[in-house]
Amino acid sequence: MLTAAEMRRYTVRVSIYVVLIVATAAFLLPVYLVLVTSLKEPAEISLSTTWQFPSSLHWDSYSEVVQAFGPRIQNSLSLVFSATIISSVAGSMNGYVFAKWRLPGENLLFPLMLFGMFIPYQAILIPLFEFMRDIGLYGGIPGLILIHVVYGLPITTLIFRNFYVNIPDDLLESASIDGAGFWNIYTKIVLPLSVPGFVVVVIWQFTQIWNEFLFAVTMTSSANQPITVGLAQLAGGEAVQ
Amino acid sequence: MRSTRDRITAFVMLLPSIVLLGLFVYFFIGQAISTSMTDWGNNSAQPPLSANVVKSYVGLENYERLMSAVLEFPFRVSMVNTFFFTLFFVAGCLAMGLVLALLLDQGVAGEGFFRTVFLFPMSLSFVVTGTIWRWMLQPGGGLNILPQSLLGLEPIEFRWMSSREIWLPFLWEDVPRYITYLGIAILALITVNFLSKGRRRAAQYAIGAAIIIALVFAAGLWDRIWLPLEQPETEASIAPKGFNAALIGIIIAAVWQMSGYTMAMFIAGIRGISEELREAARVDGCTEIGVYRYIILPQLNPIILSAMIILGHISLKIFDLVFAMAGPDNARTVVPGILVYIKGFRENAFAKSAAIAMIMLLSVALIIVPYLWSQLRGQSRDRG
Repeated sequence: MLTAAEMRRYTVRVSIYVVLIVATAAFLLPVYLVLVTSLKEPAEISLSTTWQFPSSLHWDSYSEVVQAFGPRIQNSLSLVFSATIISSVAGSMNGYVFAKWRLPGENLLFPLMLFGMFIPYQAILIPLFEFMRDIGLYGGIPGLILIHVVYGLPITTLIFRNFYVNIPDDLLESASIDGAGFWNIYTKIVLPLSVPGFVVVVIWQFTQIWNEFLFAVTMTSSANQPITVGLAQLAGGEAVQ
Repeated sequence: MRSTRDRITAFVMLLPSIVLLGLFVYFFIGQAISTSMTDWGNNSAQPPLSANVVKSYVGLENYERLMSAVLEFPFRVSMVNTFFFTLFFVAGCLAMGLVLALLLDQGVAGEGFFRTVFLFPMSLSFVVTGTIWRWMLQPGGGLNILPQSLLGLEPIEFRWMSSREIWLPFLWEDVPRYITYLGIAILALITVNFLSKGRRRAAQYAIGAAIIIALVFAAGLWDRIWLPLEQPETEASIAPKGFNAALIGIIIAAVWQMSGYTMAMFIAGIRGISEELREAARVDGCTEIGVYRYIILPQLNPIILSAMIILGHISLKIFDLVFAMAGPDNARTVVPGILVYIKGFRENAFAKSAAIAMIMLLSVALIIVPYLWSQLRGQSRDRG
């Protein structure tokens, strides 16, 4: 026999799991819908059978998408790889300077830099458009790389600075007593310790740039559009593929 | 120990980033401000994209037109939409995030799995979320027929993104009055709170602020910002103000995407509260619910504030989700981010586009600048 208290605790635990499982199902519902629809034959997709499993697995949609979107996927990939690498390396350097080198005015400079990651990019869109047109980079991937590198600098600098603050000053101090300068401290001590920092920054930048839409839709000509723009242009059911 | 030469090297290494950000952030903002005070794109005698276009200075005319001209009603609808979107999006994420975090704090098996499921939508692009949810909410399919497919119930008939229903209707002219009431009400609450804690001085400041707000309203200073509409009757019939029901679907999608992130913030906060503190409360006879009510929730206040600021600034900037879900031309779901795009890159009305963008920037800066300031002040205190 269970006592009343045990009984109550048991009910509470069961209801916690029930709520969690219902929430999980609700969160995964859209994913199920996308997967199921992407595996259906186009003729089989209809509103009334939205939730049913496909009668046979139809993988062709994926290869069709790769064919139709190949150039855009390539655009996205070359954009994401170059912009991520450049902004991570630059952020690491900036973070090192902010964390370990006392510079005059850095207490003002750092927040001014950080503000750049919170602004609505709509605010600089028109001057940016004019500037890119003037320097001849409007419409292409190199221009988009430049934009993402610059607006990625605040967040990469912030993450690396917060990471490098935890490296003990004594370590760098003893290196400089041994005669290491700015570059030697960076390449021989700071950089080898940076792997976890780079992992965080690269993952962050990669997803941010891959997912970005505003610059992608306003700063590229149609041949150079990344994948997010292509997806937004697809209509209705086709988009689910 | 460190030589002057190395300090110079350090500064030189930082210089390119400073120059680029100075140009791309501050110089461009300055240019956008000056663009917003020209007639670039408004003057039909000057083709906006020609190389030798003449942009004449017109002062605040673009802003005045946005606040009062009949044809600029989409801007005013977008402001109202942003308000309700922010309110329900932030409240929804906080509520969902808190519930999920508290559930996962009960030592459940498979916690990592649940956490991943709730967190993964955050890694998606707003464009992907928008595309998926447009499919989920389309008329006659998706979520609408889910009760039917599962349980044989009636399908839902609500037209998510194209509903023309308006809830909580109000008049645009009345907004300054409501803001004044709201301000006074909030300050009254703060005053009562201060008085109950015996902070007489702080309460006096709050009362003073309330009096100033009332005076600002009484003196009619609002009329300088909230310019009278050119044609109030036309405005009320073509663009009635209120909560556009067409936003509900977009709010659901946004909460689906960001509530996992809010949950993660809450979990981090709850884990930071020491087990001894909870144990002490239990020893003193606190029930399990009491531990949450009196020990954990009060300590989560700073996290709630941070989450509100982060989610709030996302929703003030929202663009891609609305674009992908409802389309850029949906009059019921228009937001300032979409208007900047349409005015600037479709209609080539660059000056007006810049003016809307500046109002967006101002609204974001109002919540971000105090946040950055307090964060950094706290940090430099920690570092000594």
